[in-house]
Amino acid sequence: MNKVEKALSELGAMDELAAQDSPIHRLSAAAKLLNTIAYIIIVMSFDKYQLSGLIPMLLWPVLLFQLSGIRVGTCFYKLRIVLPLVMAVGLFNPIFDRHILLHVGKLAVSGGVISMLTLMLKGVLCLMASFLLVATTPFDCICAALRKMHVPKTLVTLLLLTYRYVGVMTEEVAVMTDAYHLRAPGQKGIHVSAWGSFLGQLLLRSMDRAQELYSSMLLRGYHQHFHYAPEKPFKAADAAYLILSIALFLALRFVDLSQLLGRMIVR
Amino acid sequence: MIAFENVSFAYEKNRPVIKDLAFQIEDGESVGLIGANGAGKSTVMKLLLGLLPAQGHILVDDLQVTKENLAQIRRKLGFVLQNSDNQMFMPTVYEDMMFAPLNYMMMREEAEARVDAVLERLGLTELKHRHNHKLSGGEKRMAAIATILAMEPEVILMDEPTSALDPFNRRVVINIIREMDQTKIITSHDLDMILDTCGRVILLSEGRIAADGPADRILRDRDLLEANHMELPLSLSGRS
Repeated sequence: MNKVEKALSELGAMDELAAQDSPIHRLSAAAKLLNTIAYIIIVMSFDKYQLSGLIPMLLWPVLLFQLSGIRVGTCFYKLRIVLPLVMAVGLFNPIFDRHILLHVGKLAVSGGVISMLTLMLKGVLCLMASFLLVATTPFDCICAALRKMHVPKTLVTLLLLTYRYVGVMTEEVAVMTDAYHLRAPGQKGIHVSAWGSFLGQLLLRSMDRAQELYSSMLLRGYHQHFHYAPEKPFKAADAAYLILSIALFLALRFVDLSQLLGRMIVR
Repeated sequence: MIAFENVSFAYEKNRPVIKDLAFQIEDGESVGLIGANGAGKSTVMKLLLGLLPAQGHILVDDLQVTKENLAQIRRKLGFVLQNSDNQMFMPTVYEDMMFAPLNYMMMREEAEARVDAVLERLGLTELKHRHNHKLSGGEKRMAAIATILAMEPEVILMDEPTSALDPFNRRVVINIIREMDQTKIITSHDLDMILDTCGRVILLSEGRIAADGPADRILRDRDLLEANHMELPLSLSGRS
C-alpha cells in the first residue's frame, strides 16, 4: 500500500469510527460540538503556569474514550503528524523564562519549563477533544450542527466539500506523482524544478473540477442553500450531557483537583 | 420538445466550435450525439443546459434557454456527468440523491420515498448509506444516474455514460438507460452502446451536423463514419 492509498484508507477508517454505535455516538452532533467548543475554551483559559490545574482536564477525554469504545492508541496514531508540531509549541519557553518557580527535591524547575509543559498539554487535550468529536460524529452531521449554530453557510459548505474532495484530490496527486516517477526513475521525491508546474497543474485540475462540480450543483437546483443530513433531535439526554459536562469543566477549571488531592495525601 | 435554431458558439473569438446548428428532438426520443473529439458534442450539452451562452435560439418545451428561464428549464433536464466524482459531491449516496428534490422544495419524507423507489428500481438499495468516496467506479456511475433519476427530469442528458466501465457494469448501465422512459440525449464514442440505446443519431463534425437519422442507418454507414474519424460499431463490423 503506497502513502496515498494509506492516507485514503485512514480517511475511510475515520468514517467507520464515526459510524459505530455507543452512548456517545448516539448523542446529537450539536451537543457534542458545543461540548467540544466549551472544553477547548476552558482548556485554553488556564494560566501558563497552571499545569497542576490542567492535568485533571484529562479526565474528560479518558471518560469519552471509555464510553465511545475508541482506543486511545487510535487517537495518537491518527494524530501522529500533528502532535509533534503541537509539542513543539513553547519549546523555547525554558530559554526565555528562567525564573525558578518550584523545586522537585533538589531539582529547580523554571517557569519556562512549566509553561512549556502547560502549552504542550493544552495542545494535546484540544487535539484529543477534536479527534473525539470527529470520531464519534459523521462529518455531515457536524456540518449540519455548525449551520444550526449559524456558522456562515459558505464556510460550512466549504468544509463539507473539502471533506468530500480531499480523497479525490489525493488520488489526483497520486496519479501525477506516479506519472512523474515513471519518467524520472531513480529520483527521490519531486525535483524542485518541477514543483511549479506540478502545483500549477494540480491547481488547474482543481479549478476545472470545481467548475464542473458547481455546474452539477446548479443543474440540480442549488440556490445557495445546502440541505444537510437530518440532525438527530436535541433530546433531554443531550441537554443533560451538555450541562453536566460543562459544569464538570467549570468545576475542574476553578478547583485545582491536583492540589486538593496532593494536600489530602500530604496530611 | 427540444429545438436548436441556428445556434452558434465560440470559446474564442472567430473560432466557432458550433456553427448554425439546427435540429429538433421530440418527447420520448432517444438520441445519440456522436462525433470525433472536438466535434462539439459536450458543448451542445452545455448550451442546452444553459452553462454556456449561445448565439441563436435553444428551446425546451417552448421555453427559450435564457437566464430568466434557467431555473424552470434545468428542472426539466437531468445531466449525468462523465466524471461521477464531480457529480457526487455530498458525503453519502443518500444525501446526494436528496440534494435535488430538497432544492426543489420537496418535503424530506416525500423525497426519501422517491430516493428509496429509485434505488430499488435500479437495484442499488445497498448503496444508500455508502460514502461516495468509497464507491467503486461502476457503483459511482450507477449512483450518479440514480441522483439524476431522483430529480424525475423530463429529459436525461448523459455524457459518456459507459466510459471507464468494465463490461459487466457497462451492460448494467445500458440496461438502465434502455428502461428509462424519458427523452434521452447521450453523447458517446461507444457506438455499440448508442446502437443499443438510441433510435436516432446526430453525427457532429466540426460543430455542424454531418448526419441526422435512424441509428441503425447511420451506424451502418462505414464511409460516413470513417470520413468523420469513427468506426463501425463492433457488433456491426463482423469482428465481434
